[in-house]
Amino acid sequence: MTSPPKTVYLFGTCIVDIFFPTAGISAIKLLEREGIEVRYPQAQSCCGQPAYSSGYLTEARSVAMAQMMAFSGDEPIVVLSGSCAGMMKHHYPSLFDGLPQQTQARAFAARIYELTEFLTKVLDIKLCDLGQPVEIALHTSCAARREMGVRDTSLALLNQLDKVVLKQHDHEAECCGFGGTFSVRHPHISAAMVEDKTSALKACGVQQVVSADCACLLNINGALEKQGAALRGQHIADFLWQRTQHVEAKQ
Amino acid sequence: MSHSHPLHDFRAASSHAAQDPTQRHNTRAAMDFLMQRRAAQFPDADELSRLRDLGQRIRQRALSRLPLLLEQLEARCVANGIQVHWADTPAEACEIVAGLMRQANSQEIIKGKSMVSEEIELNHFLEAQGMTALESDMGEFIVQLAHEKPSHIIMPAIHKTKVDIAHLFHDELPRTPYTEDVDELIQIGRHALRQRFFTAKVGLSGVNVAVAETGTLVLVENEGNGRLTTSAPEMHIAITGIEKVVEKLEDVPPILSLLTRSATGQPITTYVNMISSPRKAGEKDGPQQVHLVLLDNGRSQAYADLQLRETLQCIRCGACMNHCPVYTRIGGHAYGTTYPGPIGKIISPHLLGLDDTKDLPSASTLCGACSEVCPVRIPIPELLLRLRQESVTPENEPNHPHTVRGQGAKYRATEKWLWRSWARIYSQPVLYRASRFAATRLRGLLPHDVGAWTIARAKPQPAAKSLHELVAEYQATQGNQP
Repeated sequence: MTSPPKTVYLFGTCIVDIFFPTAGISAIKLLEREGIEVRYPQAQSCCGQPAYSSGYLTEARSVAMAQMMAFSGDEPIVVLSGSCAGMMKHHYPSLFDGLPQQTQARAFAARIYELTEFLTKVLDIKLCDLGQPVEIALHTSCAARREMGVRDTSLALLNQLDKVVLKQHDHEAECCGFGGTFSVRHPHISAAMVEDKTSALKACGVQQVVSADCACLLNINGALEKQGAALRGQHIADFLWQRTQHVEAKQ
Repeated sequence: MSHSHPLHDFRAASSHAAQDPTQRHNTRAAMDFLMQRRAAQFPDADELSRLRDLGQRIRQRALSRLPLLLEQLEARCVANGIQVHWADTPAEACEIVAGLMRQANSQEIIKGKSMVSEEIELNHFLEAQGMTALESDMGEFIVQLAHEKPSHIIMPAIHKTKVDIAHLFHDELPRTPYTEDVDELIQIGRHALRQRFFTAKVGLSGVNVAVAETGTLVLVENEGNGRLTTSAPEMHIAITGIEKVVEKLEDVPPILSLLTRSATGQPITTYVNMISSPRKAGEKDGPQQVHLVLLDNGRSQAYADLQLRETLQCIRCGACMNHCPVYTRIGGHAYGTTYPGPIGKIISPHLLGLDDTKDLPSASTLCGACSEVCPVRIPIPELLLRLRQESVTPENEPNHPHTVRGQGAKYRATEKWLWRSWARIYSQPVLYRASRFAATRLRGLLPHDVGAWTIARAKPQPAAKSLHELVAEYQATQGNQP
């Protein structure tokens, strides 16, 4: 393994930005604790996936171009979502296929890391669990699992925490039903999927759900709240930071 | 429009099905069973991966030479005594079958399982001509008896429980006692079917693989009805899509191994039929005539585009639907197409046009469960993305090749305008900052009910401050430059 970079960029994602902003701060603190300087370009917004997956390539390209400009240089870009990381790593090159920006898009794609992937594979981070015993379930987004192949890195991080018991839930590999605009274009199919996902999570008897993707959490937490359940999901960056920071630093 | 009945409303049918707890429970149980069957057949991930690579290569190699292979298939079949017919449309294919039945002086045809015969709506066509089609596959027989359509390409009656079938047999078959015993039900069905093989003069079957170098038609099945259909009547008509051809006989074993293990979790089916000619002089059985009907019906449209061509790699195992979280929630009938599930979403726009299938490409979370199990590695999510692009690109769009019939079926000027505005906000930091500010500061103004989202979820709650703001504040406290 080559020596870790001194500086990284953080891509927060538009959903973290508005709905789960603390996950971004936790990720910055986790990275900084490892001696990494974290840059957060204020010009960043969204990876462009909503337009791309709806078939609007021109619109997706203009948003993608804005991100490529905001993240100039050659430092790695750590992304707080497997889905957005998948968009930037695997779809940007084809989005600019045959266009002058394709070389730039390829170079940009090569700099993309999903957070848990970066923490384990690049930093080889060692975590010390300082939290209370807890039973959790891990929800892995479909893009993290299948496109980025980073389910193992989330697991590896959680397995470093001595007092965290990870429990399996029924049909764990199945989609939560978010799917971006799918959730409003086909609301009853999406509702059926998130009903089954939340039933499985509740049935496995955990106190908390952890995921590295906030789009899934927006869906899962929204359904849990509507059902009146106490269970909630939290971004893995928040979970890891809260369990590994020194006790006096808490509160 | 290519077909006569009114446009199927996928959105209404799928919403209805997704809210039907009995349907949901039954379909999930059936799909779980099929997923477990498949998984048990592929214990070694590396072996599976290599076999899928091989399957993909065989299918891609065949498709890359498809026109040549079809000519070779025809030449070999004719040399073997099999007569070959070409049909561009379902209507042409139906006419060919009806013409052959008239030629055989038969008003009746007995059918093995054939999804292409469903695609051309052969039974319906023959009934309108005063002719009869009798389904001999148990699942197809049940579906026909219930006046329904298949809900799955491998298990046509998977939507029916044993209680449904018990009632159906008792009500529809003469002198049949009511029983819920599965073995007895199978015996009742088999007995009813058996009689029909003795009288039928014409049998019709599908084809799983057609081999160009030898002119061999390969057909796999478990009930023996396929063998009876293709050997007992005087005339056998095989019908298939033009994409089913492979180059060589040696391509067959890996394809069958992938097909049966992916479809039903069997290492091999009970019957593997390899048909290479009609009865020859001195032979005691087999049909006097064998006919092969090759159907295009929009496949050449998919073929003409290198990306969309991947659709035609399909060997019709059904694993994509068994593993699809959408199919699992809505079942096969909600799609309103012959081929449901993920493969149906990518093939149906070619068969029926995007105008008739415009809600199918969007009915996916692009979760990738389908492409993860596809035995020939069809990148189904990528093809869905492509079809989404085609469906929102108007026909008169400059510099956009017209590749799919019904292109632009989902195009709406207002939606285009919304995405343009969205792109403007998200590509201009000043505008994005303003919208972020509005979302966080005005979060209290969000109505309790935000349309489709709140059917199953509480309204989303923006944070008091965005990450952009929190980072700026954090960096100020750390004395860092932003």
